[in-house]
Order: sequence, then structure tokens, then C-alpha cells
Amino acid sequence: MSTLAPARGLPPRRAAGPLRRLLRGPWLLLIPAAVVVLALTGWPLIQLVIMSTQEFGRAQIFGAPPEFVGLGNYLDVLGDPAFWAVLGRSVLFAGANVLATMGLGIAIAVLLTRLARVMRTVVSIGLLLAWAMPPLSATVVWGWMFDTRAGVVNYLLSQLPGVDLIGHSWLFEPLSFFFVATVIITWQSVPFVAITVYAGLTQVPGEVLEAAQLDGTNGWQRFRLVTVPFVRPVLLVLLMLQIIWDIRVFTQIKALQTIGGVQEQTTTIGVYIYTVSTAGGNLGAGGAIAVILVLLMIVPAVLYIRSTLRQEES
Amino acid sequence: MSAAVSSRTGAGGVPAASPGAPSRRRPRRRGLGGRIVLNVLAVIVFVASVFPVYWMVNSALLSPGSVRDSTPHFWPDTFTLGNFIGVITEPSGSIEFLPALGMSLLVTLSTVVAALLFAFLAAVALARFRFVGKRGIVIAVLVVQMVPVEALVVSVYRVLDGWQLLNTALGLILVYTATVLPFTIWVLRGFVAGLPAELEEAAMVDGCSRFGAFWRVTFPLLGPGLAATGVFAFIQAWNEFLYALVIMTRPETRTLPVWLRAFVQATKETDWAAIMAGSTLMAIPVIVFFLIVQGRMASGVAAGAVKG
Repeated sequence: MSTLAPARGLPPRRAAGPLRRLLRGPWLLLIPAAVVVLALTGWPLIQLVIMSTQEFGRAQIFGAPPEFVGLGNYLDVLGDPAFWAVLGRSVLFAGANVLATMGLGIAIAVLLTRLARVMRTVVSIGLLLAWAMPPLSATVVWGWMFDTRAGVVNYLLSQLPGVDLIGHSWLFEPLSFFFVATVIITWQSVPFVAITVYAGLTQVPGEVLEAAQLDGTNGWQRFRLVTVPFVRPVLLVLLMLQIIWDIRVFTQIKALQTIGGVQEQTTTIGVYIYTVSTAGGNLGAGGAIAVILVLLMIVPAVLYIRSTLRQEES
Repeated sequence: MSAAVSSRTGAGGVPAASPGAPSRRRPRRRGLGGRIVLNVLAVIVFVASVFPVYWMVNSALLSPGSVRDSTPHFWPDTFTLGNFIGVITEPSGSIEFLPALGMSLLVTLSTVVAALLFAFLAAVALARFRFVGKRGIVIAVLVVQMVPVEALVVSVYRVLDGWQLLNTALGLILVYTATVLPFTIWVLRGFVAGLPAELEEAAMVDGCSRFGAFWRVTFPLLGPGLAATGVFAFIQAWNEFLYALVIMTRPETRTLPVWLRAFVQATKETDWAAIMAGSTLMAIPVIVFFLIVQGRMASGVAAGAVKG
């Protein structure tokens, strides 16, 4: 359907001024959403960029006028080894999570296509349960499972011959802390990837696969040459989303730090912005780091948006 | 999903199918050994997915003394509801559950109503009108989704501070509404576009007004779409942690996630059973809603986000 006719009985459109056009048809319907999003996403975004170019510390929080310092905050941040440590940690951590999530998710999706119906439903329900858990609840539960003294993980592993992990702290060593964090995040993200990829796999036309089979291809060749190209757009979108989510992770790291772990050695960039801005009281530097985080996301975000629009239009 | 929303639950933007739906492909015949391997793998995936959820509920049902026994109790043999009752009725210090539950319900339900209403209007504009600048708006919806909460939170704090809305439900409702709107618009737009406009046109031929045709014909068919989108908004708002942590700083304005973190901080050395009870109470509504609508949600997301 094309344009909405104006309500019946109205005279045909006159040359309308901008205000009049705004108050008619689609624009009127868009106004409430636009006002809320502009006020609470657009305006803060502008404020963020301004703040990142200002000297904005405790004095300014209590009312002193902020002083414009140009790129000063950015230079301070980029010259701070602590920032680079946080950034490197975040990138490595996100990389490990994305690899684990995509790998396991795709493997489980393929597994789902191979299972008989009852078993597939059982596995799907399990995946949905993990997916549905609130991230904070999930983190707290895993924290309890990895508990030093009474955690079930230490107990079960200690049942293996030659292993005694009772009293072992999983959260004290940074690498081990991130291992636990990766387990939590992967556990929660895999269901989404697995179920989405599975949906994509079921759309692969059977005739094409049969034709390929008649041409003498083996199973792996058919998977690589027919199935993978068919689901590639879905995989790309998933990959971008996982990168975006995992690089800025906050809830799981923050909650895990509450349960145990050395904060300075386990902070990722999402938590770092929070710490610098609140506990550190340096909103200028926090703003600069936040802008850097936004810039980091541009490439995966643009790829995601392009891919979404393309599928939308096809 | 809205990348602006920090939780992954209900994530979308890509298709998902109802996992119980029959696959068009028949499982291929394979040897007994192959079938055993597949089913063993399936059991491993199932146990790994479910065990933490089971462990949360199991620990919550154990008596506080037995939860820390050196040999864990793998089923609630020292069954008690005392942990739940304790969490609800005996606040430790200022970490009270009921006010946090009330705040979470108020904020979440208000967000759902506001987001559904605003998103519905915008979705109709984007699905039923053709106008200059429409593509720009569609792209803007996607771009806004990509702005990370983690980057925005401090400046949102300052903006709310300027409007005297810190530590108020209204402030958090506005923030959550803005956060979930891009995704809810996107999904609802897919639902509206999926309903044939010819029905409305037929009603208009029969004498309905434009608005009447939409209201009497299309709107009733949108029920499933509105329900699925509403549940999405509910889960996002209910789970949200970072904004709530920064904006609701007073004990009496905490939402459930902030309450849970404070509770962990205060009792983690002593009372895991109570923490698991609190965690379960927070998770139950989300899990129930999620499981109820997941099929519709998934098809809605597929309709809204991919097939167009």
C-alpha cells in the first residue's frame, strides 16, 4: 500500500510548511518514539562527546565550570599503560568468547539437524533454559558452582584420580578468572547462536543437497560447498553481534568481581569506563574511553547494519 | 538485538526458529555407533545447559547448614522453603527484597507499556506509509541500537541529574524505554508489514475510515506480535543491571539486579542458599515468560528482522 490518503473529507494537500508536515501522517506517529530516543540516547551521546573534551573531575561534579581541553583527555588515556592493558585484555577476552561461542554454537546447530525429533526437542529445551537465565543470576550461580570451599566444580574435579582442588580459588588468578567468565558468557550465548544457525540450516533447500549428492560429493563437501554459503549471511550477523556484545561486556565481569577476583587485573573496557568515571571521579577521561569504545564498535556495527538491511531488502 | 541493551536475552536481529518445529530434513540413516555418539553428545549439551539452572534451584531448597557440606547435596534432601521465606521477610540490613521487587515491577511494567505504545505508532508509520526520509529512519533505528550502554551510562547519569530524575522510577523508565525502543520498533514493524494491507483496503471499500480499518482489522491480528514484543521489553528491563546500578543508588530505589548484587556482597561468605533463593526469585518470571513466548518471539524476530 502506498501513501495514506488524508482523512476523508479533507481538502487535497496544500503546500504545507514544515511544522504542518510534521504534524501529519507518518511523522506524527514517529514523534513519541523520536522524542524519547533523542532525549535519552541522542542528547547524552552529544554530551558524552563534549564531556570527553573537557577537564571534568570531582570539582566539576560539584559545580565548577568545566574547562575545554581539546584532545587532552584522549592523549592522557592513550598515554596511560593501564588503558592499553585493559584494551588488550578486552580484545583477547572477547576473541576467546567469540571463538568459543561461534564454534560451539555451530557444532550444536549441526548436531540438532542430525538428531531424531524427541532428542532434538529435549536439547532445545535445555538450550532455551540457559538462554532465558538473567545474566546476573547466571553469573551468581556459576560463581557459587566455582566456589573455593563448597563449590560443586571443585568437588566433582577432585573425584578424578590424582586431582585435589578442594580449597582452590578459581577467581584469584586473572587467567583463571577469565576462564570462568568465558564459561559463563559462552554458556549463555551458545543457545542463541545454536538455535539461530539451526533455523538457517533447516532453510537449506534439500533439492540442492540431493543434486550435490548425485554429483558425487561427500558429506563434508556438501556442508562446505552448499550449506555454509547458504547460511553465511546469518553467520556474519551472528559473528558481528557476538563481537559487539563480548567486547563491551559489563554485567558478568562486574558481578564476578563482586564474588571474587582482583579488580585491577580483571577489568575489561566496559567496567573500566564505569570505574574511571564513578570511583575515579574523572568523567572527562571516562568520556574519552567511552568514545573510544564507540569507535571500536563502528566496524562490526556497520557490517551488521549493512547485512541486516541487505537481507531486509532481498 | 539491541546492542544498546546489555543483556543477551531475547536477542534478535537474526532469524530464530521455533526449535521444536520439525525440520524439513529427515535425519539421515546411520549406523548404531553413529547414533550412540550423537545421542551422547546431545545428553552432554542438555546437561551442561540445564545443570546451572538446576543447581540454583537445588541450592535454594537446601537448608543453609547443609549447602556448604563438603560433599554437595545433588538433590534437595534437606528440603526447606526457609531460604525463600528468609529472603522475602527478613532483610539483612538495608538490603530488602520486597521494595526492590516493587521497584522492578513498577519500572519494568511501565517500560513495557511505554515501549509498546511508542513502538507501535512508529512501526505503523514505517510499515504502512511511504514517505521521503523513511529509509533514513530505518537506518537510524539500527544505528541507535548499536550505541553501547557502557559508553553512554555516565552521560545519561548527568542528563538525568540535570532533570532531577536520579533515583526516581520515572528516570529509569525513560532510560529503559529509550533503550528498548529501537528493537521493539524493528520487530513490530515486521509484524505490521506481515499483515496484508489488502484487508484494510477492503474494509475501507466497505466504508471504514482509514483509522477504523486499521483499528478493527489489522490491530486485532497484531496480538501475538504485541505480546512477543512486550515480553522482549519486559526481559530487557527486568534484567538490566548497569543503568540501574548507576542511576538507582539509594537502597530504597534499588531494582532486583542491584539488590541481588548488594545481597551477594553482604552474604557471600555465609549464606549461599539464601543467595540462590534470591537469584531464583529474580530468574523465575523471566524464564517463564521466555519459555511461553519463545516460539512466537522467534518467528516474530524472524519476520521483523530478516525476511522483511
